[in-house]
Amino acid sequence: MTTDTPVFVGPPTRQISPWAWAHKNLFSNWLNTLLTIVSVLILGWVVIGLSTWIFSQAQWAVIRDNFRLFLVGRYPVQALWRVWASLGLIVAMGGISWGILARNIRLLDRRGLLLLGILAATVVIVLALLTDPRSIALSLGMLVLLVVLAFVGQRLGQAYPPLGTWLPLGWLVGFLIAYALVRGLIGGGQPVKLDDLSGLLLTLLTAIVSIVVSFPFGVLLALGRRSELPVVRWLSIAYIELVRGLPLVTILFAAQLLVPLVLPTGIRPERVMRAIVGLTLFSAAYLAENVRGGLQSVPRGQVEAAKALGLNPVLNTSLIVLPQALKAVIPTIVGQFISLFKDTSLLAIVGLTELLGMGQSILANPQYIGKNAEVYAFIGLIYWICCYAMSIASQRLEKQLGVTHR
Amino acid sequence: MTQPQMESIADKTGAEPIIVAKNVEKWYDNNFHVLKGVSLTVNKGEVVVVMGPSGSGKSTFIRTFNALEPYQKGSIEIDGIQLTHDLKNIDAIRREVGMVFQQFNLFPHLTVLQNVTLAPIWVRRWSKAKAEEIAMQLLERVGILNQASKFPGQLSGGQQQRVAIARALAMQPKIMLFDEPTSALDPEMVREVLDVMRTLANSGITMVCVTHEVGFAREVADRVVLMADGMLVEEATPAEFFNNPKEERSKKFLSQILH
Repeated sequence: MTTDTPVFVGPPTRQISPWAWAHKNLFSNWLNTLLTIVSVLILGWVVIGLSTWIFSQAQWAVIRDNFRLFLVGRYPVQALWRVWASLGLIVAMGGISWGILARNIRLLDRRGLLLLGILAATVVIVLALLTDPRSIALSLGMLVLLVVLAFVGQRLGQAYPPLGTWLPLGWLVGFLIAYALVRGLIGGGQPVKLDDLSGLLLTLLTAIVSIVVSFPFGVLLALGRRSELPVVRWLSIAYIELVRGLPLVTILFAAQLLVPLVLPTGIRPERVMRAIVGLTLFSAAYLAENVRGGLQSVPRGQVEAAKALGLNPVLNTSLIVLPQALKAVIPTIVGQFISLFKDTSLLAIVGLTELLGMGQSILANPQYIGKNAEVYAFIGLIYWICCYAMSIASQRLEKQLGVTHR
Repeated sequence: MTQPQMESIADKTGAEPIIVAKNVEKWYDNNFHVLKGVSLTVNKGEVVVVMGPSGSGKSTFIRTFNALEPYQKGSIEIDGIQLTHDLKNIDAIRREVGMVFQQFNLFPHLTVLQNVTLAPIWVRRWSKAKAEEIAMQLLERVGILNQASKFPGQLSGGQQQRVAIARALAMQPKIMLFDEPTSALDPEMVREVLDVMRTLANSGITMVCVTHEVGFAREVADRVVLMADGMLVEEATPAEFFNNPKEERSKKFLSQILH
């Protein structure tokens, strides 16, 4: 006999006691037991050694005294409000975008909390190094602003889902405004020359501009490499293969040393501009190959279906092929951006005082001689925070797109 | 080898032809001679079913009608437009010819509704409101109205194929081409797609279907065409073709599919 109400049977839940888990995973046989003990010993040795160094041996005065130099370099002190305003703008955009992208998922899930935790830890480090009460208040304010606007953004995204498609444009405008603010082009006061920027500010500026410009350039190169027009195809292949065969350092040296020799004396682009162009040209070639991988992953049937509907090649590429291709390669593209961000440290070699260059010039000060470990550990931490934040943001983007696709 | 010269039986009825293919020949890039001079005339409102063993060139043949496959010799005229390399003509023809594929080929990054409205908005330049109104009517016709905001990956194969039919119809084509529309479907979903095609056939639109569905051909087709080895072997009414095939090749094919 059957009943009208079906009985729902869930999957069996398996409860394992911590002791059983440890036995199964860590001490299942003598080899496993040995490995566990050795690993714990090594881990303990590293952690104890590191924390001893961090908390009792290292002399962080070099970081505290030069904190402003690391972050904004020799930016005029009386104009620092411009940097704060730009940071506020970007934090606000970040919060709203976070909320809009997460409109269909829980805002503070595991990744969200992780990201927030890293940011909070960053703020704590900043607070430990800052002495000026106004800066402390502003830093805390940024964190609060981010979280509040994330929730506002989520509501906005739920109310107007099409907002998501405007995000890239919003970021572009936001960056232009932030750039103009930092350069002093808007908001009154003396403009700051591009070559006068230094520290983390210069690192971020070169990285962001190179990423934003190399992306469309790379997509065009990828499309060019698959073009049916032989000349376009050959030029794209030649460019990609030439640049991929050169080390980035040579390109950067050429940009700093050769370009001034080649160009007439009247035209001499700023050194930072030349560095950005070098990074962009280099990154675009690699990006093109990543995007090409995505283009190849789009089934031929998609193109045929679009053709059969009467879409011309331009519409076919922009509405059907590219959206699918780019989605497929988000992880590799973000990986490319992360390595581009780290590659900006090479600018120190060609004499620009970005974050690493600033560290070197601080170390050259007799007062701080021998503080290499502290300075490089601090610089490494900043790079890691930025890169890991990018990585989490890309996972968030993938998850959001994954919810709606397939 | 008399087939290329064989006069299409449709020519004699005095009806208005909408597809006129004459001695179409095609070689693949590896020099394989896939179409060896195929001629077929389809009249307005007619439903023609193309059958044949795999590799006979039947899919390739109907894919030449909307220029998805180029051909090297012969001529094809669709609704009075000569199909040449002229891109203007190709665009004009593709606007009048809808196609449904074996693998559905829905756009996975767009919702069902966006799939159906994409071409009307971008190619026909309709307003979004008009395109959506017509799309909703079509989705209702194929029984998918309540799935409009879902993505293709969330639908069953049969539902996806019905969306694909609605997507092709949204361009209001004069001709619909079906390239083995039920071959990739699970058996229990074949029927729902054939039902939609049957209703469509009764609506008076011109249809050319490559299919192995004998029941559908018997019931709906005005004419059945058998292709083998890149040639058109026999052309007859369904009754004649299934009960009393003339050609030896047709008899052999039917004995293989009718167990």
